[in-house]
Amino acid sequence: MSDALSEDGSDINQDDSREEDVMTPVELIAKLEEAWLNEKFSPELLENKSEVVECVMEQLTHMEANLQRVKKGDAKASIHRMEIDRIRFVLSSYLRSRLQKIEKFFPHVLEKEKSRREGDTSLLSPEEFAFAKEYYTNTESYLKAVALKRMPPNLQTVDMLKAVPEPCLDSFVFLRVKERQENILVEPETDDQREYVVDLDEDSQHLMRYRTIAPFVSSGAVQLI
Amino acid sequence: MFCEKSIELIRELHRMSDGQLPAFNEDGLRQVLQEMEALYEQNQTDVNAAKAEGRADLIPSIKLRHCCLLRNQRCITAYLYDRLLRIRALRWEYGSVLPPNVRFHMCAEEVRCLKDHGEFEIDDGTVILLKKNSQHFLPRWKCEQLIRQGVLEHVMS
Repeated sequence: MSDALSEDGSDINQDDSREEDVMTPVELIAKLEEAWLNEKFSPELLENKSEVVECVMEQLTHMEANLQRVKKGDAKASIHRMEIDRIRFVLSSYLRSRLQKIEKFFPHVLEKEKSRREGDTSLLSPEEFAFAKEYYTNTESYLKAVALKRMPPNLQTVDMLKAVPEPCLDSFVFLRVKERQENILVEPETDDQREYVVDLDEDSQHLMRYRTIAPFVSSGAVQLI
Repeated sequence: MFCEKSIELIRELHRMSDGQLPAFNEDGLRQVLQEMEALYEQNQTDVNAAKAEGRADLIPSIKLRHCCLLRNQRCITAYLYDRLLRIRALRWEYGSVLPPNVRFHMCAEEVRCLKDHGEFEIDDGTVILLKKNSQHFLPRWKCEQLIRQGVLEHVMS
């Protein structure tokens, strides 16, 4: 793996020398895996990481090109092939998780995207946004065509925001702490508990409500596992 | 009793809890819509009477019918939406080509809704030329979908 990647590493560094933070391929793949795990275990849709996705796609093209140059039957070729397939799977799985969440929560996702302020990173990539809008329109026209248009005039619309359930932010998630956090307020579970404060030490692992640690997932301070 | 037919639609889906798709109950849907039409017309008459003749005693029955109309709308929307969710889950499992027995249970609009949003599905990568009767040695995950659709056959020998 290191052979194919280190050849590419130099190419990528030269191409991106204009940019400030140049990532080695190893770092890039690690970032992809982090984004993949976070997206898999989070109950809500996270910010899109389209730069990571694009870089990984470039990386894969480089690796494929390299593979063509290696002579057939070389034992290394099948290992490189496996590495490429592995990365491709992680990328597909990441995009698939996002799509499934977009489908599940489409009115809320669109609403969130509409109400985000200028300068905030967007929740959806342009393609995902087009997908979400199309999904919304399709579902609405389906409901209209099959039933709503045959209903009495005052009942011909359905408020999607109310009809489609929101993601459950109170579900519990496993997490590992990457950067120490202090004084996290934890809400009480039952009536006879009171809210209390915890410190999250580096490299410790916890099982908590997603809602409590949601901001740290987007900042990268914790990793969902 | 009002709203019974719409609850029956929901029960039908509830009975098949593991994501199976029963046949589209065109008949049941039509009956609920007819009930809604009848309720609405009765309410129209009563509302006019209440306004014109000041008959406040009609108001409770107007409210009742309105609640039934809302309930019917909610049940129908839930029924249709749940079917869409099941079809969507089947799509994620089977890919672009749904097995014919599932398609048979879907109504025309469901197929259209599916097709339009099917074009955004993620492409998985390489395309293998599959000529009829040719044999290939392929990694398993690539073939699995096609085997399920009946395009490929797993040769054991």
